[in-house]
Amino acid sequence: MAQSSSLGRRLARAATDAAFWRGLLGLTLFFLAWYVLTAVLKLPRFEKIPDPLAVLVDWLNPHATRSLFTAPYYVDILYSVARTYVAFLAAVVFGVGLGLFMGWSTLLFNFTFPLVEVFRPIPPLSWIPLAIIVLPGIELPVVYVTFIAAFFATVINTILGVHSIDRKYFLAARCLGARPLDVLRDVVVPGALPFIFTGLQIAMGLAWMSLVAGEIIAGQRGLGYYIYQAASLYQYDQVVMYMFTLGFLGFVSSVLIRRVGQRMMAWEEARRKSKG
Amino acid sequence: MSGIPQAAKGDISIRGVSKVYDPSGARVTAIEQCSFDVAAGQFAVVVGPSGCGKTTLLNAIAGFDTISAGEILLDGEVIASANKQIRPGSDRVVVFQNGALFPWRTMMENIVYGPVRQKTMSRPEAERIARELLRRVGLEGVQDKYPGELSSGVQRRGEILRALINQPTVMLLDEPFRALDAVAKSVMHEFVLELFDFSPRTMFFITHDLDEAILLADKVIVMTTRPARVKTVIEVGLPRPRSANVTGAARYRELKQSLLEVVHEEALKAFQAGEREMA
Amino acid sequence: MSSTALELKRSGRALRISAYVRGILSLKTLQGVSTLVAFVALWQAAVSLKVPYLSNLPYPADVWKSFTDTVVTRAYWISWAVSLERIFVSFLVAQVLGIPLGLLMGISRKSKDILFPVFEIVRPIPPIAWIPLAILFWPTEELSIYALTFIGPFFVIVLNVMQGVANIDVSLKRAALSLGAKPGDIFWKIMLPGALPSILTGMTVGIGVAWNVLIAAEMIAGHVGLGRMTWEAYTNGNIPLIMVGMASIGVAGYLCSGVVRIVGQSCMPWRRRS
Repeated sequence: MAQSSSLGRRLARAATDAAFWRGLLGLTLFFLAWYVLTAVLKLPRFEKIPDPLAVLVDWLNPHATRSLFTAPYYVDILYSVARTYVAFLAAVVFGVGLGLFMGWSTLLFNFTFPLVEVFRPIPPLSWIPLAIIVLPGIELPVVYVTFIAAFFATVINTILGVHSIDRKYFLAARCLGARPLDVLRDVVVPGALPFIFTGLQIAMGLAWMSLVAGEIIAGQRGLGYYIYQAASLYQYDQVVMYMFTLGFLGFVSSVLIRRVGQRMMAWEEARRKSKG
Repeated sequence: MSGIPQAAKGDISIRGVSKVYDPSGARVTAIEQCSFDVAAGQFAVVVGPSGCGKTTLLNAIAGFDTISAGEILLDGEVIASANKQIRPGSDRVVVFQNGALFPWRTMMENIVYGPVRQKTMSRPEAERIARELLRRVGLEGVQDKYPGELSSGVQRRGEILRALINQPTVMLLDEPFRALDAVAKSVMHEFVLELFDFSPRTMFFITHDLDEAILLADKVIVMTTRPARVKTVIEVGLPRPRSANVTGAARYRELKQSLLEVVHEEALKAFQAGEREMA
Repeated sequence: MSSTALELKRSGRALRISAYVRGILSLKTLQGVSTLVAFVALWQAAVSLKVPYLSNLPYPADVWKSFTDTVVTRAYWISWAVSLERIFVSFLVAQVLGIPLGLLMGISRKSKDILFPVFEIVRPIPPIAWIPLAILFWPTEELSIYALTFIGPFFVIVLNVMQGVANIDVSLKRAALSLGAKPGDIFWKIMLPGALPSILTGMTVGIGVAWNVLIAAEMIAGHVGLGRMTWEAYTNGNIPLIMVGMASIGVAGYLCSGVVRIVGQSCMPWRRRS
């Protein structure tokens, strides 16, 4: 009830908001231009691209190979989401963990950072062939490639985060009787959080990108795999539909991370509100 | 009020302390042959040109940094010498230049941090004392706010309470009011004077503001330009309890005048040294 | 006078050089090198002890041999040249189109209101997912690879420039206006230099994304290039060559990031670290 009334209020506010109407104008123009170029004018090359209406019709068609009303569509989504999130969570656990310790201990940093720097410039997607050969099955290579992409972004940003913490907080904690593990928990972790979450946003984007490449090259099932399948069967409506599905899932993932970040960094929100 | 007032201990003795920095072979002497004493429960203010090495002294007492020669004694025990560096601890709490309340903890969580982490008090007990302290200084209602939501004056007072709750033998304050505007600063001075009267303990306070020095101090130690040496030690001798009204006293004006002369001489030297470096 | 100044300068340089040498021979460097050595040793051990899965890897020496055999071939350097050219062109086009768009959306509230929703619908689509459409739309394979490599850095730069412009201190604009600056001056003297740091950030992130996409595009749709070389090594079951390919791609990416950083810093003298 409260939910719907606040939604109603939001809609009412949007209706009087110039920005909302401009946004709507922009979107309308975009889809109109797309439609006119591909379906009305049928310019050379553009004629091959499916028009937005055809994509929408396909998306809602219960008898299409894949659509909102078919089970395989959701199976594909489930596969891709599961792979991405397993890889992402592994990257968070290992990446944040390693990054915190590397940032916290100079000794560990000196020993391990050169190794990180050797592997980091290798684009995650170039791991695909090696991953297929070394790792068993088809799930593991795809998840590994997705993991690698997210992992380095997370480690680097976590280290940056720890190094960004003002020295005075470490000194203050020790002055107040904190032992090394207290410092890790009370200063290093919360102090690095803003950078960690920036890193996680980037990591999530990279994870989705690598997942699609991994699925195209090595996968079975999943959104990326089906995009390639549909393309080889000239079902380009389905390709575009799956592209937007991927975009939507990526968008939702990044909103989720932002929400979690806001919850975990209540102090940042409070400060922003009091200054704003 | 479970025994916040306390003094008795806190004799600091600084004997022939020197500090030489050696980054990439270029020896820089920050402090040279510094000696002075601060008695238990005394409010000592160290004044000197910026960058003269005052903070080095404070850091050595706090246990953040080493010294190259001489020794520092606290209640007769050597806490710093050429081959000894004491660990930082809650008997010598530092209040930092630009404030170091943890931004990710509320005011209450900040204040009780010391006793709760060291398990010298239970959390409810620490919170009760923290609430009493906050009420005493007129800061009820900020306890659940994050530092980022509060003015820097309130933050600074909270940080001093966070130090005080540990009942430190010595409070080390490194230009704590430097970034504040004049009005906030005078509020802070009243606050520190009241707190000192309520719970006297050894204070080691660094500043380059002469009015602040005379207003707060029992003893003003004037340092020279780099390398820092003790130029003069002035006993203030203004009566306590003190308030901002003392600035009208003849003794105050007299002190200010003599301090100004000494410091001006040093500032001039620093300025000339700066010009030489530029040339 | 001048001779002492010269001497001072010379001794200063000697000091710097000795500090540099000490830096290279420092404990820190030794610690880093020891990890790298340990890594190679572990790799060797894992293969010779037939650790599950890892025993599929070749010995480090095999990879080294494959490397020395490959670097002398013409084909290897053609792969480099082709990949570098693709990166250069796509990246450049992404900057040329992306920076003005980002500036426009950052400066004009109205154009941001209109364009940003469209941008936010298209942006989250992973660049790799464009591959089939790109192949369909562009007449040649080369053009579709260019287009794919363009997409990643394009979105990155637009977003960064937009946020960079939005974060410019208002007081700078006011100060310039009160000194009699015209709107054109504001753009060239305040907005553009103010947005430079975020342009640089966008370029550094963007070049990484570009390499990522290029490698996938080459593997899936290309005929030459470092990504293709690695992929063909895979289809021929030549694992040492796969690893040589990965390393080459890593080096190429690293070099490109370095170039972007150097160019960026030379554009922003006030940001250089002393």
